[in-house]
Amino acid sequence: MNKPISGFSRRDALKLAGAAGIAGTLAVYPGRRSFASSTKEYTLNVEAGRIAVDGVSSNAILMGGSVPAPTMRWREGEEIVVYATNRLAVPTSIHWHGLLIEGVMDGAPGFNGYVAIQPGETYTYRFKLRQAGTYWYHSHSAMQEQQGMYGAIVIEPSGREPVRADRDYVVVLSDHTQEDPKRVLSNLKADAGYYNYGKRTLIDFFRDANRYGFNTALKDRMEWGDMRMDPTDLADVTGYTFLINGRGPRDNWTALFNPGERIRLRFINASAMSFFDVRIPGLPMTVFSADGQNVQPVRVDEFRFGVGETYDVIVLPRDDKAFTIFAEPVDRSGYARATLAPREGMEAVIPEQRPRTILSMADMGMAHGGMDHSSMTGMDHGSMAGGAMSGGAMGGMDHSKMGGAPMAGMDHGTMGHGGAAAEGGERRPFGWADASTPPGSKALDYADLKASTPNSDGREPNHEIEVRLTGIMERYMWNLNGRPFGKDEPIRVAYGDRVRLKFVNTTMMAHPMHLHGMFVELENGQTDRKPRKHVVVVPPGKTVSALLTANEPGDWPFHCHLIYHMEAGMMTRFIVEPKSA
Amino acid sequence: MKSIFGRYNPRQKLAFLAGFMPALFLFGPAQSAEPGQLFTFFQADQVEYRANDGQDSLNWDAQGWIGNDDHKAWLKTEGEKPTDGQLEKGEIQLLYSRRISDFFDAQAGVRYDFEPGPERGFGVFALQGLAPYWFEVDASAFVSNEGEVSARFEVEYDLLITQKLILQPTAEVNLAAQSVRERGIGSGINDVELGLRLRYEIERKFAPYIGISWERKIGQTADLARDEGEDIDNLSFVTGIRFSF
Repeated sequence: MNKPISGFSRRDALKLAGAAGIAGTLAVYPGRRSFASSTKEYTLNVEAGRIAVDGVSSNAILMGGSVPAPTMRWREGEEIVVYATNRLAVPTSIHWHGLLIEGVMDGAPGFNGYVAIQPGETYTYRFKLRQAGTYWYHSHSAMQEQQGMYGAIVIEPSGREPVRADRDYVVVLSDHTQEDPKRVLSNLKADAGYYNYGKRTLIDFFRDANRYGFNTALKDRMEWGDMRMDPTDLADVTGYTFLINGRGPRDNWTALFNPGERIRLRFINASAMSFFDVRIPGLPMTVFSADGQNVQPVRVDEFRFGVGETYDVIVLPRDDKAFTIFAEPVDRSGYARATLAPREGMEAVIPEQRPRTILSMADMGMAHGGMDHSSMTGMDHGSMAGGAMSGGAMGGMDHSKMGGAPMAGMDHGTMGHGGAAAEGGERRPFGWADASTPPGSKALDYADLKASTPNSDGREPNHEIEVRLTGIMERYMWNLNGRPFGKDEPIRVAYGDRVRLKFVNTTMMAHPMHLHGMFVELENGQTDRKPRKHVVVVPPGKTVSALLTANEPGDWPFHCHLIYHMEAGMMTRFIVEPKSA
Repeated sequence: MKSIFGRYNPRQKLAFLAGFMPALFLFGPAQSAEPGQLFTFFQADQVEYRANDGQDSLNWDAQGWIGNDDHKAWLKTEGEKPTDGQLEKGEIQLLYSRRISDFFDAQAGVRYDFEPGPERGFGVFALQGLAPYWFEVDASAFVSNEGEVSARFEVEYDLLITQKLILQPTAEVNLAAQSVRERGIGSGINDVELGLRLRYEIERKFAPYIGISWERKIGQTADLARDEGEDIDNLSFVTGIRFSF
């Protein structure tokens, strides 16, 4: 079997379901294959090793012998036992991202009584699968995800699949660096702009001055300078090679199909820091699952997803030709690429990279002269600006200086849109949200997500919890409600409570907020079919809310899934008090 | 002040300081997800050869820190050595640095001057940080073991011509509350130093540069220099390396 292990078709998967010894150190011992409650046992060794990406060798942490770790193919209702052995010199952990699970099995050290796996020790995970869908697993210790500790989880439903597919591929996106993540964080602490090679230069200034007039360009620079904010801060870390299933753009991971087949692609954003814009030129995608939870099918040409999110799509290539799966990080500092092909060795054109956007004043939560905040519906923009302004990071700003109009012109021009938004009267995103989606193409929007089944808890929330996403970019300090993890005040709710989580992003970066142990229902304008998510992306300067039924007792990690933000302290404890007797 | 600093020799003072610095970390818990996480940084902003009006010299200006978001131990050092001759200027500061706002740290500690003689120890209070419009500023006040009060104000800016070609204007002003004749210092503004350095960042942490530096002594300080037969101004062409780790 020299095909990548995550790339086999569903038929292959079924054939292999009972096979042992995937990728060396992963041993699969199928238990009784009875229908309802079979048990599957796995041994997962965590060890230091080396991987080759595009022919370049580098250090990595291998889980189950490979990067990504072996894809777990399970079935709803099964009991899973994983013996995880730490063969590193430092503590480790394995977290099952998105699984409804008993707290101590969730795998986040310091939470729910779970303790990190010490060197040489083995921890036995044991849990019963209460859900179906696409999830993933990764380390929850010391930025080990950045070093390769991540893998996909595929859980077949006990009933029918929501869609029929002839082939089923996992597409795990990640960002790989040669640098030690501790070094990366240290560099960021010393100079937050250390990795930003897209800053605005004197040359940019003269170009803008030429286009919009000297005064407009200068005023724009002065406004940003006054706040000591950098509109080019889209990604904190660069120097990444972007991977699909562990393969670099030149390795070109390839998935095979026969023309006319229905192909299910399970996209998982397992990166440390990267938001990706994903598309398959010439092949529209039908999204039917988000974060493992089924949604009503939406046909899109592209989607953006944050760290930790997953989308399942169906594609129907009819022609006997290859297609490129293309994923660009928002800062366009590279791309991940793979190929869908009828035969090995075929390739399609690699599209040109799209322009890099530039943040706008709206990304700071500023009112923006009649422009629209299109990607988020159902929000109160007025209160949002207020909320953002109260954040510590922006103390001492003068609202009156934040004139919207000249900035709007600048933003679009810089990105080469020539004011299309104004002319067409079309609502198109700008600033962070602008993916340079060509006119006529459809990009997935959170508002498009509609759960395939009605939400089970129709109660109105009995209280609202405001979570301010805060930080000081210049110092690379990131936290929640102005307090870093360790100095934070845990969030407490009672078992059975129905609460609204209101995320108020006071920073200029997007944060994929992840709650362990429970799904939230995103308030995206849907009424009784709000999509269920385990990661909610909160764009810069925006407010996003979600409802939650607190039905999983425990003290759950609640954090930004950008790994260096989490490590810097952007995490808190979400405590669901057990039912009192 | 004299009673505190005067009775110790310089070596004893430094030893005392070295013992004192770790105690700074007892203030407050660490800020990060992993308790006790410390970060370190060292940057030699200027290590350069100066072709002066008179004798050429080697100059340095560097700083570094160890600590967390809120508390740091901070080291600053600068000096000048003529290419053939003894060290002419040399100072080192050891400071405790505390975050007081989003962009500024307050710093307190000591400074020790090796040269120009006679040796001096100073108490230091400083504000260092990022001012609006991206100006890096450092304002320091000094009180010597002889009770002399002085101040220094430094500002620098990075103007990106391209992502890697960066023009850095700098300005420094020194002031004193009284004259210290044996050190060639008059009261009032002592001197002004303006610099312009163009660096190319081969790596973020390694950038060779060229530039000019112009220095002028002012007022009483200039008079003292004239009396000594020294020039009161100096234009240098500099070439050096900026590096960090």
